[in-house]
Amino acid sequence: MYDGGKIITGLILFVLLVTFPIWYNHGNAGAVPKVELPKVAKECVLPASEMRTSHMQLLNEWRDKVLRTGDRSFDVKIGDKEYQKSLMNTCMQCHISKKKFCDKCHSYASVKPYCWDCHVAPVE
Amino acid sequence: MKYTIPLAAVLGLVFFALLGSQIPGMQYIFGVVIPYAAVLMFIGGFCYRVIYWAKSPVPFKIPTTCGQGYSLDWIKRDRLEAPVNSLEVAGRMFLEIVLFRSLWRNTKSEVHAGPKLTYESSKWLWLFAILFHYSFLVVLLRHLRLFLEPVPFAVGALEFADGILQIGAPTMYLTDATLLLGLALLFGRRVVNRQVRYISLPNDYFPLFLIAGIAVTGILMRFFLRGGIDITVIKTLAVGLVTFHPTIGGDLGAIFYAHLFLVCCLLAYFPFSKLMHMGGVFLSPTRNMANDSRMKRHVNPWNDPTIKPHSYSGYEDEFREDMIEQGIPVEKELPKKADDEKVA
Repeated sequence: MYDGGKIITGLILFVLLVTFPIWYNHGNAGAVPKVELPKVAKECVLPASEMRTSHMQLLNEWRDKVLRTGDRSFDVKIGDKEYQKSLMNTCMQCHISKKKFCDKCHSYASVKPYCWDCHVAPVE
Repeated sequence: MKYTIPLAAVLGLVFFALLGSQIPGMQYIFGVVIPYAAVLMFIGGFCYRVIYWAKSPVPFKIPTTCGQGYSLDWIKRDRLEAPVNSLEVAGRMFLEIVLFRSLWRNTKSEVHAGPKLTYESSKWLWLFAILFHYSFLVVLLRHLRLFLEPVPFAVGALEFADGILQIGAPTMYLTDATLLLGLALLFGRRVVNRQVRYISLPNDYFPLFLIAGIAVTGILMRFFLRGGIDITVIKTLAVGLVTFHPTIGGDLGAIFYAHLFLVCCLLAYFPFSKLMHMGGVFLSPTRNMANDSRMKRHVNPWNDPTIKPHSYSGYEDEFREDMIEQGIPVEKELPKKADDEKVA
């Protein structure tokens, strides 16, 4: 091998860089986030699996519609109760804690939604 | 044909993953077994290729010089284009790797009225390449959020900067658009430019389609086909993979497996393709050698050390008699004559 010292050093650096996540986590995968579910309500405005994957799209849609038309009606009834398009008056009524609900998965997956640029987060 | 076969191959891979991942029990194969195999092939293949190259001797000093070399001290020399020491070589290499400096030498020949032939620097290739490579790098680094727990500040900051436009939710990333744009331009260049089209091979198109496939499946997964795309399940799998306790904690959408499978294909294909220019750029002798052949002797490494140098005077010493006999001029006459005279 020619210039073996330099090339092997470079190669070792490359392998260390590529396997960086292994060294960084050093075997500790961290806890899977557990969110605190509402104590009163048993059902959400959409099935839980759909909410888990697509709540951000729903909220985005709500925001645009409410801001542009002012129409908060959302034709979903759970039992007798009709729900509005509203983060604070619908979602946060059941999911009362931002820290114990929203932030759990958001900080795990490094998602920083800008809801709270305008809305006032509940005091916790 | 040169691009239909690679395109069909990439589409085939996508459908293979889309369908295969829906067979019960195959999720573990697509989510865990294939990714591990692909990463092993990537690292193993990369090291194999680099060591194979390192074993190849460089018989001659062959830096490409494109500027005034080291000469008399009143002649201004070009330190980057004709480097003479390690520091200048390092500077040249750094700018090559980080800024793709040599792509500015991509020239376009044109015949103007006269007729006059011109060669003008055509910087489009450089622009497309920069756009593509840096977008891909940012996309790659952004994905670290799925592999690192806790997520380092730098990764979050990069992600924030990339989603600064705050379009939609999940937020659109700038690099998603620039990566696809870069790929489209690099592909377009191969189709539109006749000369480049002529020399393009299926293995030039395949990586473009493969990376485009990765980008498209990723974009579809993030913004459009969100069914079964639970980011916490995906992160648990990704962190599980790098901590060697992989678990698939739920049903993931087929598009996720298609995205992951294409990434695995890219990793496995990487060391055995033109994509190895990632490692090769460091090892190209025309870039990483100093232009100092008049200062230091470069010994060809495959020279046999048992063969000693044979100078002309040594050669003449060996064959002087025969040379004189054949009438070949010699620099030194035979000393015998003096002896003959004495005897006579």
